[in-house]
Amino acid sequence: MSALKKMMGWVDDRFPLTATYKAHLSEYYAPKNFNFWYFFGSLALLVLVLQIVTGIFLTMNYKPDSELAFASVEYIMRDVDWGWLIRYMHSTGASMFFVVVYLHMFRGLMYGSYRKPRELIWIFGVLIYLALMAEAFLGYLLPWGQMSFWGAQVIVNLFSAVPFIGDDLSLWIRGDYVISDATLNRFFAFHVIALPLVLIALVVVHLVALHEVGSNNPDGIEIKKKKDPVTHIPLDGIPFHPYYTVKDIVGVIVFLMVFSAIVFFGPTMGGYFLEANNFIPADPLKTPPHIAPLWYFTPFYAILRAVPPMFGSQFPGVMAMGLSIVLLFFLPWLDRGKVKSIRYRGPIYKTMLALFIVSFAGLGYLGLLPVSPVATIFAQVFSVIYFLFFLLMPWYTSIDKTKPEPERVTG
Amino acid sequence: MKRLKNFLFLLMAVPIVAFASEEGPKLDKAPINLSDQASLQRGARIFVNYCLNCHSAASMRYSRMEDLGLTEDQIKENLMFAAEKPGELMTVAMTKKNAKTWFGATPPDLSVIARARGADWLYTYLRGFYRDDTRPTGWNNVVFDKVGMPHVLWSLQGEMVPVIKKEGEHEVIERLQLAKPGSVSLAEYDAMVGDLVNYLTWMGEPAQLQRKQLGLIVLAFLAIFFVVAYYLKKEFWKDVH
Repeated sequence: MSALKKMMGWVDDRFPLTATYKAHLSEYYAPKNFNFWYFFGSLALLVLVLQIVTGIFLTMNYKPDSELAFASVEYIMRDVDWGWLIRYMHSTGASMFFVVVYLHMFRGLMYGSYRKPRELIWIFGVLIYLALMAEAFLGYLLPWGQMSFWGAQVIVNLFSAVPFIGDDLSLWIRGDYVISDATLNRFFAFHVIALPLVLIALVVVHLVALHEVGSNNPDGIEIKKKKDPVTHIPLDGIPFHPYYTVKDIVGVIVFLMVFSAIVFFGPTMGGYFLEANNFIPADPLKTPPHIAPLWYFTPFYAILRAVPPMFGSQFPGVMAMGLSIVLLFFLPWLDRGKVKSIRYRGPIYKTMLALFIVSFAGLGYLGLLPVSPVATIFAQVFSVIYFLFFLLMPWYTSIDKTKPEPERVTG
Repeated sequence: MKRLKNFLFLLMAVPIVAFASEEGPKLDKAPINLSDQASLQRGARIFVNYCLNCHSAASMRYSRMEDLGLTEDQIKENLMFAAEKPGELMTVAMTKKNAKTWFGATPPDLSVIARARGADWLYTYLRGFYRDDTRPTGWNNVVFDKVGMPHVLWSLQGEMVPVIKKEGEHEVIERLQLAKPGSVSLAEYDAMVGDLVNYLTWMGEPAQLQRKQLGLIVLAFLAIFFVVAYYLKKEFWKDVH
C-alpha cells in the first residue's frame, strides 16, 4: 500500500493525477436528483468511443477509391473476420449518436440547462452537434452507394446557391465538377482525421465547462447555493464517483441492449439506418427517383424545401436551413423566464415546447417524403412554428406565469 | 392539458393519413426461409446455371456456399463452371462494354441485389416477364417496364401474355396468362423462383444467420449484466436520501 502511495506521490509531483481524479470524479458533486434524461450525456460519450474504435478497424480494410470503395465495404461484410459486426456497429452507432444527442438536447431544453451560468456549455454543445452533422454527412459518402453519391451531390449543390461565389465554392468543396474520386478522398480525410479531432476537442471543453460551473438538475436550481458550512460540499450534491458511475453503468447496459437488438436483428432499421438504394453502387449517370437524406437530417431538409425559390435562387431556403441551427446558439439569451425548469414554468412555455417538438418531429417525417403540395404546406406550417419558438421566446417566457422554485432539490 | 394532448396527437396523425397512399406495382410475397438449407442449395444451383453467365456476384466467393451445408467437393463439381478454385469470386467473363452493346445496359452485379431491391420485388420480377413484340428482346416485365434483360427462365416458365384491363383513359395489365407452357408447371416455376430468391437473399448478407444467433447470446449476457448492475447501483445509493 505504501509503495503504491509512494508511486502516486511521485506522479502527483509531476502530473496532477490525484487532483484531476478528485476534481472530475470523486469530488465532483452532482445533484442527487438526476432522472432518466440525465443518462444521455454519458451515453453520447460512449457512442463517440464506439464510433472511434469501430471506425479505426473499418479504416484497416476500407478503400477510399471510387473504383474500390463499394466492393471494399462488401469485402468487410463478408471476408473480414467480424467485419460485419464492426460495420453494423459503426452504421448503427451513427444513427444512435443522433438519437442520444437529440434526447440530450431535449433534456437541456426542458430543464433550462443552457441558462446562466451554463451558456458556454450549451454553445460548445451546439458546436458538437454541428461537427457531428458534418461528420455524419462526410461518412455517408464513403460506402459509395447511390444514396451516398446523390445525397452528397444535393448537399454540396446547396453551396452553389450562395450568390456570386456559389459555383466556385461548390467546385472547391468537391474538387471536381461532379462528386468524384477527388471528393471521396477528401471526405475520407475529413471523416477519419479532421472532424474526429474537432469532436474530441469540443467534448473536452464541453466537459471542462460543465465541471467548472456544475451540473444543472431537473429542478433547475443551483445546488451550490446551499452548502454544508463545515465541508463546503453542496447539501444536495453527491460525488459523481461512485454514485453516478454505478448508475450510468445501468444506463449503459440498457442502451447496449437496444443497440445490440438493432445491430443483430435489424441493422437497416427498415431503411432508416441503412437505405436500400445504398446497396446499389454509385452511378453518376442514373439519378434515383427519390433522394432523401438519412433521418437525422430530414427536419432541416424539410425546412430547406419548405421555402420557395425567390428570384430564381434556392438561396433563401439554404439561409432558412442555416438559420434554424444558428438560432440554437442564441437560446441562452432568448429565454427570459424567471425559472429554468419545465417543472416551474407556466402553461405558455409548456405549450410552445410541445408545439416545437411536434414541429421538429413533423419536419423530420416530411423530409423523408417526396415533394407534394400537401407536404409542402405542412412543412411550411411546421417551419414557422419552429422559428417562432425561438423568435417569440423573449416575449412569451417573460409574460408566462411561473411557479416558485423550491429551496432544495425535490426527488 | 388533455385537450392539448389530443390536439397535438391529431396534428401528428394528419400528415400520416394524408400521405398513406403510395403508388407502385403490387408485389407478391416471396417465400423466404433462410433456415431451409435444401431450398438455398436448389436456389444456388439455379443461380449458377442461369444468372451467373451474364450477372456477376463479385463480392461472393464460391467457397462461402459451404455455409449452406455443402462440401468443397460438392461445390467444385456442381456449382463451379467458370472458376478454378473455390476461393475465387463469382465474376463473369463478359466485359461491361460487350454487355452494354448486347443488352443496352450492363447486367448489375447481384451480390447485394436482394438488399437493394428486396426479396418481394425480385420474386415478382422473375415471375413477371411477358411477351411484348415492341421490345428488342421480345420480352417486357410487369415491375420493370422496358427491361433490358430477356426472360432467361423462359424455357422453364413458358410464355406469358398480359390480360389488359381498361381503367379510365389508359390500359393496365390486370394479370399474366400462360400462352405456351414451359418445361415445368407454373406452381413448380413459382417454387423454383422462390428458391432462387431465397438464395439471393442469403447471398446479400451471408453472415445474417450467424448474426442473429450471436445476437441472442449478446442480449442474454446483457440481461444478466443488467441485474448485477441494477443491484450494485441500489446498494451504493442506499445512503442517498
